[in-house]
Amino acid sequence: MFSKGTKRKFSDGGEDLSEDGLLGARVASSYSLQRQSLLDMSLIKLQLCHMLVEPNLCRSVLIANTVRQIQEEMTHDGSWHVVTEAFCGASHSPSERLVATEVLCRSRETDAEPKLFSVISYEGCHEEEVVADETLCSVSVSGTDSNVCLAGRMGRVWEKRELNGIERGEEALSGDDEEIDNEDEASTEAPKTIGQVFGTFEIKNGSTGPDSALEELFSDVDTSYYDLDTMLTGIQSTPKMGPYDLLDGLAPSHSSPSVVAAPTCRSDLNELDHIMEIIVGS
Amino acid sequence: MGEDGESPKINHSFLRDYVTEADVISTVEFNQTGDLLATGDKGGRVVIFQRETESKGECEELGESGEYNVYSTFQSHEPDFDYLKSLEIEEKINKIRWLPQQNAAHFLLSTNDKRPEGYNLKDEEGRIKDVSTVTSLRVPVLKPADLMVEVRPRRIFSNGHTYHVNSISVNSDGETYLSADDLRINMWHLDITDRSFNIVDIKPANMEDLTEVITAAEFHPQHCHLFVYSSSKGTLRLCDMRDSALCDRHSKIFEEPEDPGNRSFFSEIISSVSDVKFSHSGRYLLTRDYLTVKVWDLHMDKGPVETYQVHEYLRSRLCSLYENDCIFDKFECVWNSNDSVIMTGAYNSFFRMFDRETGRGVTLEAWRENSKPRAVLRTRRVYTGGRRRRGDVGVDSLDFTKKILHMAWHPAENIIAIAATNNLYIFQDRVKPENQ
Repeated sequence: MFSKGTKRKFSDGGEDLSEDGLLGARVASSYSLQRQSLLDMSLIKLQLCHMLVEPNLCRSVLIANTVRQIQEEMTHDGSWHVVTEAFCGASHSPSERLVATEVLCRSRETDAEPKLFSVISYEGCHEEEVVADETLCSVSVSGTDSNVCLAGRMGRVWEKRELNGIERGEEALSGDDEEIDNEDEASTEAPKTIGQVFGTFEIKNGSTGPDSALEELFSDVDTSYYDLDTMLTGIQSTPKMGPYDLLDGLAPSHSSPSVVAAPTCRSDLNELDHIMEIIVGS
Repeated sequence: MGEDGESPKINHSFLRDYVTEADVISTVEFNQTGDLLATGDKGGRVVIFQRETESKGECEELGESGEYNVYSTFQSHEPDFDYLKSLEIEEKINKIRWLPQQNAAHFLLSTNDKRPEGYNLKDEEGRIKDVSTVTSLRVPVLKPADLMVEVRPRRIFSNGHTYHVNSISVNSDGETYLSADDLRINMWHLDITDRSFNIVDIKPANMEDLTEVITAAEFHPQHCHLFVYSSSKGTLRLCDMRDSALCDRHSKIFEEPEDPGNRSFFSEIISSVSDVKFSHSGRYLLTRDYLTVKVWDLHMDKGPVETYQVHEYLRSRLCSLYENDCIFDKFECVWNSNDSVIMTGAYNSFFRMFDRETGRGVTLEAWRENSKPRAVLRTRRVYTGGRRRRGDVGVDSLDFTKKILHMAWHPAENIIAIAATNNLYIFQDRVKPENQ
């Protein structure tokens, strides 16, 4: 009555082959998961770099370079579109991915010896031996071409238009372009571009005049934000990202602006009042 | 009623272990003779220790030298606030460098993130009387009096840096010095505080293209026209100021080709050089990156001539070290007086010394509770496999909050100063009587 055990359906040929395939697929997806976690962790670090006790430009540059590397590999992989979907639709929140990172990075003391798996590199032409525990720590990334083309794109990693630019080259992802095009275009301002992040490390020396000082203070603020029209009709249009809404970009709130526009807009207006007070010099 | 049953145990140990952030030592430096030792801390304070020069008496046989006692302490930098960027400018002393002593006064440079400052130390009391002037015999009376050391800020070198200053280096000419921040290196004349010459500028036109920053810089110990600077990509650039005014084009670039077998997403981060030091001879360079210290020959730019593993067991943990930011820790490295031994810090209050002649390394610990004063330091070991010996520490037991980042080696003798959080440890070589 009870079968002893169902044989695997696709084990027509040697069982070993399917086992390897299954194993390889599992490891590959584990690697992608870890890589994704690393990407998320890096992006959050970049966003929060200004909250450090000691602002550290070197650290930010190194993290940004790491993000570029991951992005380049994922682009070659063809898995970069997954990231864009994440930012558009936010299928799972970043905090969940952070938990995954913590689990992945926890060292497993019970392991007697490291297990060796094969990981297919993104070029698919050779396999690398990889220690399972530390998949991220010792994987060969072959043939890194100059990533000059990605430098500009890094700065607008949340800009969907730019991401479309990358994906046009990828035939397999053409299906996703439509979906992205239909996304709300107004909410595409990146909370902080890479240039702005690096810019916050400057120490201003001396006074160059009160006007220029004010200009510098507000140089990275989108001035159209203060249009009277925008203020009065802000509830109807999609709220733009203010200089303080750093982490909101990672939250799913921007995927459906019509639903969450009101509360987001209200807090923006409070911020706006505060800024206006400073400008007017009350 | 439930309160009676509860006995909230207040854990007082955290109070004992609590270290005021301001007391954390951020730099250590001996002067040229080794008689003075300066430390700077995160609160902007400088403490100077002086070596006792009294006759050693019976201690001489044991080879014990004079102790270091506090000589002077002063506030070098004050916390500052950048109103335009709404940023606090840290008063933390990043580096102290002594100038060659020219008269009775001592002059040192100390720098925080924003600007170097020069201080003149004059000893107002305590001059040794010339014996020939003593004409009458008097019973000496000990009068307790505070040692008066006059410290006057002599020079404030402002407005030189937009980014955070990470290095200062006094030139062998004794008249100029360089200060380096993340993107620029400036050269100053010690007597001119309102002007500096920019000698290296790697800031790109578009900050988004920034991929590399300057991490450390130093003048050559003998050639006043040569200096080296290291980058976050692990390269060293030797520059000759005679070539051009702006030394953006290096005379020589030192870099090690990447090992493809060890490549990972963290490769670049761990290759970033945190410290670079010329040897006393001027022939070699010592660099520290996250996992190794390397010795480079100035005549060979293809790669280092020696590489020493500081804590290779961390290579498999880079992901978690990236997560907790430890991977960005900047360790210093130092040479001994005759360039035969190199030393650098690690975690868990450990520091490592490598004998260049034998190639062997030893691990020592700067932790008060594990060693009594004047006791011989015993070597420590991190367990990485094989037979486990008593006293071995497992990698998972390492305390990553106890980092030895800053250290100095006496210019002539085997005396080392190690900064461990808010404590300063001074170790000296105990010369065994039978070896004399």
